[in-house]
Amino acid sequence: MVIIMKGTGGRLVCILVKNSIKIISLLFAVSAVSFVLVSASPVDPVGQYILGLGTAVSPQQRVEIENYWGVNEPPMERYLGWLSELLRGNLGESALYRRPVADIIGERFVNSIALMLCAWLLSGVIGFGLGCIMGMYQGKLPDRMLKKVCYILSSTPTFWLGLVFLLLFSVRLKWFPIGFSGPIGVADSDVTIWQKLHHLILPAFTLSLMSFAGIALHTRGKLIDVLNSEYVLFAKARGEGKWTILRRHGLRNIVLPALTLQFASFAELFGGSVVAENVFSYPGLGSAVSAAGLNCDVPLLLGITLFSALFVCVGNMIADLLYGIVDPQIREVNQ
Amino acid sequence: MKQKEDSLLEIHDLSVSFRMYDHGLEQTDLQVISNLYLTVYPGEIVAVAGSSGSGKSLLASAILGILPGNASLRGHLHYKGEELTPRRQKYLRGSEIALVPQSVSYLDPLMKIGVQADGHKKPYPTEKRRSVFKRLDLPDKTEQLFPFQLSGGMARRVLVGAALITDAQLVIADEPTPGMSLEQAMEALQMFREMADEGKAVILITHDIDLAVEFADRVAVFYAGTTVETAPAADFKNGPDSLRHPYSKALWRALPQNGFWPIPGFQPYAGNLPKGCLFAPRCPYKTAECERELPSVKEVRGGEVRCCHAT
Repeated sequence: MVIIMKGTGGRLVCILVKNSIKIISLLFAVSAVSFVLVSASPVDPVGQYILGLGTAVSPQQRVEIENYWGVNEPPMERYLGWLSELLRGNLGESALYRRPVADIIGERFVNSIALMLCAWLLSGVIGFGLGCIMGMYQGKLPDRMLKKVCYILSSTPTFWLGLVFLLLFSVRLKWFPIGFSGPIGVADSDVTIWQKLHHLILPAFTLSLMSFAGIALHTRGKLIDVLNSEYVLFAKARGEGKWTILRRHGLRNIVLPALTLQFASFAELFGGSVVAENVFSYPGLGSAVSAAGLNCDVPLLLGITLFSALFVCVGNMIADLLYGIVDPQIREVNQ
Repeated sequence: MKQKEDSLLEIHDLSVSFRMYDHGLEQTDLQVISNLYLTVYPGEIVAVAGSSGSGKSLLASAILGILPGNASLRGHLHYKGEELTPRRQKYLRGSEIALVPQSVSYLDPLMKIGVQADGHKKPYPTEKRRSVFKRLDLPDKTEQLFPFQLSGGMARRVLVGAALITDAQLVIADEPTPGMSLEQAMEALQMFREMADEGKAVILITHDIDLAVEFADRVAVFYAGTTVETAPAADFKNGPDSLRHPYSKALWRALPQNGFWPIPGFQPYAGNLPKGCLFAPRCPYKTAECERELPSVKEVRGGEVRCCHAT
């Protein structure tokens, strides 16, 4: 047992180191590409900054600001300057919010992570459960009906679904608030956890509906593969019933790919949260990213880009690690 | 059809066919087992021999009622004198009829061997399983392993063990011995022999005719999905003159120690079966009569044979 633990521990460290190198080089590439894209885009941060000042600025002053910011330096120098600050942990200051980018990301991320985590768990559990039901009733009525629901949901745009939910549950039925993460007119520090949850439900539900169909269909396919396998045939030959087979062999063999898929879905989750947060005016990273884009807030935009890349990478790394821990075939071979 | 009172398993005129899509949406029925017969009495081991594709493994699925969904079955299957309905098969599977499948792919890849061999029925027969594993020369740590960590021979011994720990009256062993050492194979077959001597029965599907003949009471020879002959095992030791069907004789002569003589031609494919005797196209004694219709089963010298010319 000790040897196994040692082996597993050693392997985990190995994977962690390998993945860290991968993530760092990837972040480096992402920073370069996004910097090039922003430089090449017609975004004019200086103009936006001046607009934000609210006072008229003479051309003389504008040139001074440009020089102070280093806008006219060659792109390579600008990039290296930004990168060296980045490595020191300074993501710059948001032109829109006039605060350090790192603070904004931290604050918004707390809201977003609550939303994404709820949606993620909800879609994972519902998707896996429905997938199992569809697989067990393959070709029969429950399967055919649920499959249609899944197809419809996965081809419905999230923002539209969000609007429909708002109309139905917030405007008509008044069950849920129409937006934000707390009631309007209440100081942030006075908002209770229940009020926060109340504001979270509708966006989380909308976001989860976007991804659970894929998980359900994937789980269904995997379960059908398992049910057609020779080891399930043998289980049948030994007198195991349908549900015993699901319990003893089905779940065991489909939970692994489902977990991987679940952790690999961080990218879609993040993309979805941008849309959902905008529809529900929810103050998370997603709405910050669109605000930054619309207002030419380059430091914030670059910061969030890097952060979201890191987020997705970590998701994938967790999937890798989990596979190694849960799947005995990988675990034992790696020893 | 009337059954022999004392038989454990009796199969008459069994046919199994698969519904297949042929060209585009056209469906055809592919008959892979036709007019097969086999009787198994308590206390005996019946070896089933025949080339690949002669329907040996499908017979096991048919008896257990675990044929794939696109298969259909005709004919008579009787267990202990009563017809084997799907409902009865479901009840008997794993309790009275046990299967020893062919390969490691019949084991759940993510389940440890010990738990898996014990099966789903409580109380788990852990003690019995350990002693059976010990007899099968499986090391103690085997129960902690996963299927992918087993050698081919170990996997087969695990599969044999899983069947032996049940209280099954009938074990259908589908090629249980390949990959085992001779001693291990002998031990496994010896355990089947002891089972049979207790009044249970074993159907031993095998390619290893020599070894099977040492332990079996009777041998059934399959060809192209039907039984061509059932003979006492001793006849296979005595040589082709004791055998009845031309195919059995050819099979005997094709064994390496008996000259390794092949006969021309090949086993016909399902869907392309000849009318009349299925062996006729390759048979040296073929007459017009053979090609007219399938010969009926007749008893010849203490065995059964499906051939017009057998004496």
